[in-house]
Amino acid sequence: MADFGFSLHPSSSIDLDNADKRLYKIVSELEPDIKKCIACGSCTASCSASNLTKVSFRQAILKLDRGLSEEAVMLLKGCMLCGKCTMTCPRGINTRNIINLILRYSDNKKIK
Amino acid sequence: MSGKSVLIIGGGAAGLESAAQLISLGYKPVIVEKEESLGGNIKNWDRLFPDGIEAKAVLDGLLKRSSFSDIYLNSNVIEVKNSNSNFTVTLSNNNVVKADSILITTGFDVFKAERKEEYGYGIYDHVITNVDLEKFFLSKHDERINSPKKIGFVHCVGSRDEKICNRNCSKVCCVTAVKQAIELKEMFPDSQAYCFYMDLRMFNRGFEDIYLEAQSQHGVRFIRGRVSEVSEDIDKKVVVKCEDTLSSKPMKIKLDLLVLMSGMLNNSSSTQLSPVLGVKLAEDGFYKCEETIPGGNKTNVNGVFIAGTATGPKTLPETINDARSAAIEIHNYLNSTING
Repeated sequence: MADFGFSLHPSSSIDLDNADKRLYKIVSELEPDIKKCIACGSCTASCSASNLTKVSFRQAILKLDRGLSEEAVMLLKGCMLCGKCTMTCPRGINTRNIINLILRYSDNKKIK
Repeated sequence: MSGKSVLIIGGGAAGLESAAQLISLGYKPVIVEKEESLGGNIKNWDRLFPDGIEAKAVLDGLLKRSSFSDIYLNSNVIEVKNSNSNFTVTLSNNNVVKADSILITTGFDVFKAERKEEYGYGIYDHVITNVDLEKFFLSKHDERINSPKKIGFVHCVGSRDEKICNRNCSKVCCVTAVKQAIELKEMFPDSQAYCFYMDLRMFNRGFEDIYLEAQSQHGVRFIRGRVSEVSEDIDKKVVVKCEDTLSSKPMKIKLDLLVLMSGMLNNSSSTQLSPVLGVKLAEDGFYKCEETIPGGNKTNVNGVFIAGTATGPKTLPETINDARSAAIEIHNYLNSTING
């Protein structure tokens, strides 16, 4: 077949039917609080790291739910575990536990 | 005239409307009000959403239609003797009232905004509440409001917040913020208003219309993010921080005036009153309804009924409808006790 110099760009849409939710599943079993988020953004707004880095707890758990686990992990790498998000969350989510679980289990070879 | 009497605890919108309906059904209601005048929370309000009707006109109508009632002001219920659903009620000023039925219409408490310390109410010079703003509309005077150019509204203050133990949505704040933003914009045409929201709940007829009006005619900007903290700069401007969740970026803005939309909590009197009546409270502190469908006016005590925001946040029209429904429940109950 002749090579015309075109290639297929991977789709940027989220395919929920085939989303890889393994990491979300592990974290949500160990800390069901992750299901309670209403995406109000209080965590990111109060975050000590979010002004200078890409840290965003709200976005991270959304990405995780959509199967974008690697992006989720990247959004938590700069977290200093200061705990302000736990204090401000209107749903009382144990953010620290979720962050720790995501970072711990993302290294798990079975998930990657 | 049936001669049967109904004791109504609380002389706000629900109490007054049910009294008016009970009067037209031939009963003699007795209203017990803890304040020195009737009216409850409507007294503090200037205009009502969505049409801008004057609260005073609504209250005057309620007072007129319920004026045949016996009224005890500055009074609380101290003791209730229940003998086979014949009630003997002792009030705080030693008055004793006999009643064939009791209706609880104790309403709600406005959330005390100073409890959310991070929003700076009572700490910073230009942070007020929705109630303060209505008082300003009535009195035209508040030293915290000085021709503001940039005005913010914080939705869900004391609502949908586990940290202050209130999980409920207060229902009325979204549309009230939109109404108040339009009113302030009309008073201060050079100003720009911002609403900080988590979800906009424009659930009733006409609500979407004023939301649209706020956007298209008054340029009100809606920012989807819950305010995380408020501070004050050296020029006494209010500095608001939130995440602009739709652009996924932390956001900061300096304002001349910040309005906190304080929500509805259960009336604090309910912790004292519920054991006196033997009526159960739900986990959220509001009174428990025996059945939510078809109607929420029955309590666990035979002969004791309930209406209005004592069973959870409601708009004024919902409260008035609920009060009418309670009057009919009581009418049916008193008729069945005559026949049975």
